[in-house]
Amino acid sequence: MDLSAINPIILIAALISAATPILLAATGELVAERAGVLNLGVEGMMITGAVCGFIISVNTGSPALGFVMAAVGGAMLSLLFAFLTQIALANQVASGLALTLFGLGISSLMGQNYVGIKPPRLGDVNFGPLSDIPVLGTILFSHDPIVYVGLLIVAAVWATLKFTRAGLVLRAVGENHDAAHALGYKVKRIRTLAIMFGGACAGMGGAYISLIRVPQWTEGMTAGVGWIALAIVVFASWKPWRVLLGAYLFGGITQLQLNLQGAGVAIPVEYLAMSPYIVTVVVLVILSADKSRAPGSLGRIFHASQ
Amino acid sequence: MPHVGANTYGEVHMKFTKLMTGAALALGLATAAVAEDKTKVGFVFVGPVGDGGWTYEHNKGRLAVEEAFGDKVETVFVESVAEGPDSERVMTEMALNGADLIFTTSFGYMDPTINVAAKFPNVKFEHATGYKQADNVSVYSARFYEGRAIQGHIAGKMTKSNIIGYIASFPIPEVIRGINSAYIHAKKVNPDVEFKIIWAYTWFDPAKEADAAKVLIEQGADVVLQHTDSTAPQAAAQEAGNVITFGQASDMGQYGPLPRVSSIIDDWAPYYIARTQAVMDGTWTSTSTWDGIGAGMVGIGEISNAVPADVKAEALALKASLADGSYHAFTGPLNKADGSAWLAEGETANDGDLAGMGFYLEGITAEIPK
Repeated sequence: MDLSAINPIILIAALISAATPILLAATGELVAERAGVLNLGVEGMMITGAVCGFIISVNTGSPALGFVMAAVGGAMLSLLFAFLTQIALANQVASGLALTLFGLGISSLMGQNYVGIKPPRLGDVNFGPLSDIPVLGTILFSHDPIVYVGLLIVAAVWATLKFTRAGLVLRAVGENHDAAHALGYKVKRIRTLAIMFGGACAGMGGAYISLIRVPQWTEGMTAGVGWIALAIVVFASWKPWRVLLGAYLFGGITQLQLNLQGAGVAIPVEYLAMSPYIVTVVVLVILSADKSRAPGSLGRIFHASQ
Repeated sequence: MPHVGANTYGEVHMKFTKLMTGAALALGLATAAVAEDKTKVGFVFVGPVGDGGWTYEHNKGRLAVEEAFGDKVETVFVESVAEGPDSERVMTEMALNGADLIFTTSFGYMDPTINVAAKFPNVKFEHATGYKQADNVSVYSARFYEGRAIQGHIAGKMTKSNIIGYIASFPIPEVIRGINSAYIHAKKVNPDVEFKIIWAYTWFDPAKEADAAKVLIEQGADVVLQHTDSTAPQAAAQEAGNVITFGQASDMGQYGPLPRVSSIIDDWAPYYIARTQAVMDGTWTSTSTWDGIGAGMVGIGEISNAVPADVKAEALALKASLADGSYHAFTGPLNKADGSAWLAEGETANDGDLAGMGFYLEGITAEIPK
């Protein structure tokens, strides 16, 4: 065992980066679920964003534009879900699963000519002297812009849901769509926007994997991250800061266990490998003891006549 | 938007139809409308056919079967099938839909293959990398460990930090054999070499594979070997710089000449064609095939010019001696990691020992997960 091989500062910096795709996808899903929509298509939207961002980045040479188009791609795909569930009034669970299957298929179709290509790299944000601060400089000020965008989105979602009229309306729609409708709010329009926001965030999260974390395009490369994002939203009791905590816990323990394995720690590898799942679930379940519950209309179909 | 001109629409549409056919099969919606005169060959894949590694090569074998037999054969495949009960469902579906021969291409399909084969005695099954046979179940695998010997040699010669990182998938004999073979050949040319092994517990998860590679590099490894299926570790090594890697299962030549300096290439096509032919001829019997470099089932990808000429020459000599059988990758004296003797001076490992290998060799300090 050689723990000195692990550099805790780099470990923390790595976890922040590793958690970003989950964080983005989970925050987007949180908004959709707070509006009463259960979209199980996160995985499909992520992988679609991953391929859209990759294609645009490679062809334009601009990773920033790639991320924007990844968000657009994710949102476009989510419109399909919005059409199925809000207009055609299809079952949300089935539609979400279909969206995942469809996203996996369409992304491997779109990405066929992009296997083995190296995408342009998105540079780190230049914080000038801030990044020279010992310890904190590396942990906080050495990342690419998307890490900060992710944090800003969490903060913005939290503030919007808590302090603004728009957030209140969104929560009303999610808690009781009939009452919201009676008050004159456009339930379907609000839900569609929330679904699109979820799609955009998931798309960006996917592009973070294909453009920064790996960086390459491979079919099916999100490999189940979308499902973890979905689980984190539930265990975080639909609260933005707990989503952040969950994503960092999961990303952090994943990184830590890889580091511990590399250092040859005498903990059985099986336990290390399962630890991210267990610790994240246990911590968030303990936190959720405060009687927070799911939005009242979550997963229910709304029709004005009923 | 790139490359989506009208001229490619037809092609795109065709692929899309094929894709949806695959999805329909996966969902159990496919109808059993099969032309009776065609031999139907099914393939169950653990990852996507575009993984650039393991499944990519199996799919190339499938395409070679189509190429070889043309109208006389129909192939179907389902990709990204989880090991375990899910694979049993997919195999059952294939058998019900009239498959005559089914290749199941991952270790974790072993018991499901045996179970399904028992229910369909007239369907022939071929399971890759496992060890359980039945009257209608053959097993086949390649001696990847021969390729690992060459990798170990190059790695031992080229490492400057003397730390070699190894991304392992699951603690099964095939993976453990690879680690042992790479280790003893690295150690032979560089006594100071140390292996850092990370178990990813997945065959295919690019983000996790890349993370594992980064961690190994961060902890000082300047050679990263992988026994997972995607090219993600190659991309991570390329980004880190000053690290060498080896293509796994497929050439992964797009990452050469650095970081990828060579590769192990699985060539399943001749085997798949021969077995399909045997089914057509009615001569198929349950067999156990385990071929290596000599028979061509294991290929060694071109050794890039990033490898010094003398090391390359030694590696090629090693390859030649493995191919003609004058050298066995596991030749004594070799002890197990617990210190007990395994092979005496000059003794070579028998296939039974290798097939069930569940121990590290002397010098590897880590523990194998149970």
